[in-house]
Amino acid sequence: MKAEQISIFLENKAGRISEVTGILAEAGVNIRALSLADTTDFGVLRLIVDDNAKAEEAMKAAGFTVRITHVIAVEVDDRPGGLHYILDTLTQANINVEYMYAFVQQSGDKAIMIFRFDQLEQAISVLEKHNITVISGSKLYTM
Amino acid sequence: MIFDIEYETMPREALESIQLRRLQTTLSRVYATVPFYRKKFDEAGVLPGDVKSLDDLRRLPFTMKQDLRDNYPFGMFAVPMENVVRIHASSGTTGKPTVVGYTARDINTWAELMARSLASGGASRGDIIHNAYGYGLFTGGLGAHYGAEKLGASVIPVSGGNTKRQVIIMRDFGPTILTCTPSYALHLAEAAEEEGVSFRDLKFKSGIFGAEPWTEDMRHEIENKLGLTAIDVYGLSEIIGPGVAIECHEAQNGLHIFEDHFIPEIIDPETGEVLPYGETGELVITSLTKEAFPVIRYRTRDVTSLNVEPCICGRTHYRMSKISGRTDDMLIIRGVNVFPSQIESVLMQIEGVEPHYQLIVDREENLDTLTVFVEVSKEAFSDEVKGLQQFAQTIEKEIREYLGISAKVKLAEPKSIERSQGKAARVIDNRSF
Repeated sequence: MKAEQISIFLENKAGRISEVTGILAEAGVNIRALSLADTTDFGVLRLIVDDNAKAEEAMKAAGFTVRITHVIAVEVDDRPGGLHYILDTLTQANINVEYMYAFVQQSGDKAIMIFRFDQLEQAISVLEKHNITVISGSKLYTM
Repeated sequence: MIFDIEYETMPREALESIQLRRLQTTLSRVYATVPFYRKKFDEAGVLPGDVKSLDDLRRLPFTMKQDLRDNYPFGMFAVPMENVVRIHASSGTTGKPTVVGYTARDINTWAELMARSLASGGASRGDIIHNAYGYGLFTGGLGAHYGAEKLGASVIPVSGGNTKRQVIIMRDFGPTILTCTPSYALHLAEAAEEEGVSFRDLKFKSGIFGAEPWTEDMRHEIENKLGLTAIDVYGLSEIIGPGVAIECHEAQNGLHIFEDHFIPEIIDPETGEVLPYGETGELVITSLTKEAFPVIRYRTRDVTSLNVEPCICGRTHYRMSKISGRTDDMLIIRGVNVFPSQIESVLMQIEGVEPHYQLIVDREENLDTLTVFVEVSKEAFSDEVKGLQQFAQTIEKEIREYLGISAKVKLAEPKSIERSQGKAARVIDNRSF
């Protein structure tokens, strides 16, 4: 049920993100979601794309430090308290969220959040036990 | 004031005849007692007896810092250990430090040279000396301390660090002479200001500053902010420590080298050829009176020139100009000697560090700063910011532990650090000397 995400190390320099988007555009890779974690010196750009292999190859060829990490895409009820229910469930199961960000597309009438956990497998079983839908990678890339 | 009128103002002819006699004695001694020198002299085909004039000195081979490292720790000592009363060493390194020894007579010589230096900078009996050079393996603290006592001044052995306490002592004890590195002097001035103490209201009249290169601009800044006469002192542990050469407060124009104890030469660092007086090149020093650790034609790597014009202060010893650079890539950061290769070997021991790095040296608020740019390899890359920050902190900790200096580590993208044929691009020194 896991999805793959591409993480890219970036220095805080003007024009660096547009270089990444340029490389992906040229490789014909479509970006489905992204988040940027930044410090004063550097940032980590995290992307969900439609073709991981192609994206990774293009970024590596351009000399970037790239890593594929596993994340989980979760359906969230699009109403007040929707996200809270999920986080509360995880908290009670003692599962720590490393980071999270929103996916652009909706799944029917539901929103999608991308999560990274320290204990990925355990998180999936807890979520499924509480009838929270985890979207598979293959479905996510082509939504 | 001139501490030793007889020797410091000796006519050149008499001085040079003393130099020759002392040189011949030193050469015979090292040939007999230090296997390194015997081998080098034999290889060069010059025996101590062949040196019949001061000009003959140039027939002898140079001694390099590497030679001292190769003979670590005591291989260059010319006396048995039972005659060695003190050991000093160059600042902490991953490689072998340079170890030097002193006999009781050497300690006395050194104290005399520092007493001369302090006097030349305006100190005398009755002065209170605030000695903020570090005490320890570094020669600065103890060198200035023994000189102050020899002079008959009152010395406060405050050493480096704990700046707030230093300000209180300066305010309450009323010291009149300050001894420390020039950058620490400016740091003290700022710390005093923060504590509401104006340096200009303190009793300081002179400061004797050394252990790192500094410019005329920095001298003016120090003199303005601290309200004292700033004097440059030169020395290095391989020769004896501070007190090899000193400016006089009368001229503040060049540092008199104590030629009754040392012979200076200026060479072309490429060819090794001795340059005429007045030309700029690398300073080479031969010790004339040291017992435990004599050095013959030691290449200091410091760039300067010699001025043979008579000085208004009355001293007859030649003057060297302020150090204007180095002929190797050694950096002096807050008084600590650091070679880029030492930082490199620390980095290479850390997993995930690419063998490409860049060092940026700067001076912020009068203190030297070192920034190390390190390329992040695929192995070290964590997609969590926390992980990357920990990685950078690990490197900072290792550098501090091995080299004794604080560095700021910045992570860079692979291949973003310039690849160059030379070593130069690895170090960017934004300080101006």
